[in-house]
Amino acid sequence: MKALRGLPHPLLSLLLTVIWLMLVNTLSFGHLLLGAFLGWAIPLLCRDFLIEVPRVRRPLQLGLFVLKVFGDILVANLAVAKLVLGPKERLNPAFVEVPVAIEDKFVLAVLTSIISLTPGTVSADLSADRRTLLLHALDAPDPGQLAAEVKRRYEAPLLEIFQCSPT
Amino acid sequence: MPFWIEALVSLFLVLGSLFALVGAIGLYRLPDFYTRLHGPTKATTLGVGGMVIASMLFFAGRPEGPSLHELLITLFLFITAPVSAHMLAKAAMQKKLPLAERTRGKPW
Repeated sequence: MKALRGLPHPLLSLLLTVIWLMLVNTLSFGHLLLGAFLGWAIPLLCRDFLIEVPRVRRPLQLGLFVLKVFGDILVANLAVAKLVLGPKERLNPAFVEVPVAIEDKFVLAVLTSIISLTPGTVSADLSADRRTLLLHALDAPDPGQLAAEVKRRYEAPLLEIFQCSPT
Repeated sequence: MPFWIEALVSLFLVLGSLFALVGAIGLYRLPDFYTRLHGPTKATTLGVGGMVIASMLFFAGRPEGPSLHELLITLFLFITAPVSAHMLAKAAMQKKLPLAERTRGKPW
């Protein structure tokens, strides 16, 4: 969407307005006005911190991907519940280094968040050159396989969905 | 409120609390800081997820109409939980906290 003067992020403004209306849980004209004001003022006040969000190239695939991530969260939750309640000796915790091809800051943040949200893996650190991601896995009998799995399941679709060149 | 809604609400409440309980047990049982970090990230996803669904069902069956607060709770949790887990892990590596013996690979 084109940026207008005085309204640098129209989509973000709209989103903030909707969030405000959900927060107060009423749809009155007064709150609509207040929400619109907040949606206008907040992006203006913090425009220096906002990072550019890349364009979504495949909206349909994005929807499918979100569903897949929710499914993974469910399945992984059950798996981790079993691990937590099972014998401690069966755990194979590991630090795993995953090389990442994503360059865009926003998409990288999405990837690390997904990794932390799916139980069983937490993203621990990102190298200074943003090329390698350090994960901690609760149970990884084969660290190499886990790294490949993360790249295949989450990184590849993200690269495809957002317009950013894999290098 | 019809009985089946009540039954569904209680089902989701119990499910959510079960997962929160498992997260807490994990926090207590797991051997080192990094593995314990996995407990809370879990409780926030499915545990809170179950309770949020229960709450939405409960309020959908009431005269005040559906309530959308709950979606926001999920949204905020999904944004903040990974960030706090990431910061905790970074702080732990900075302090060089001890690892469980079986851990493979090294923190930076």
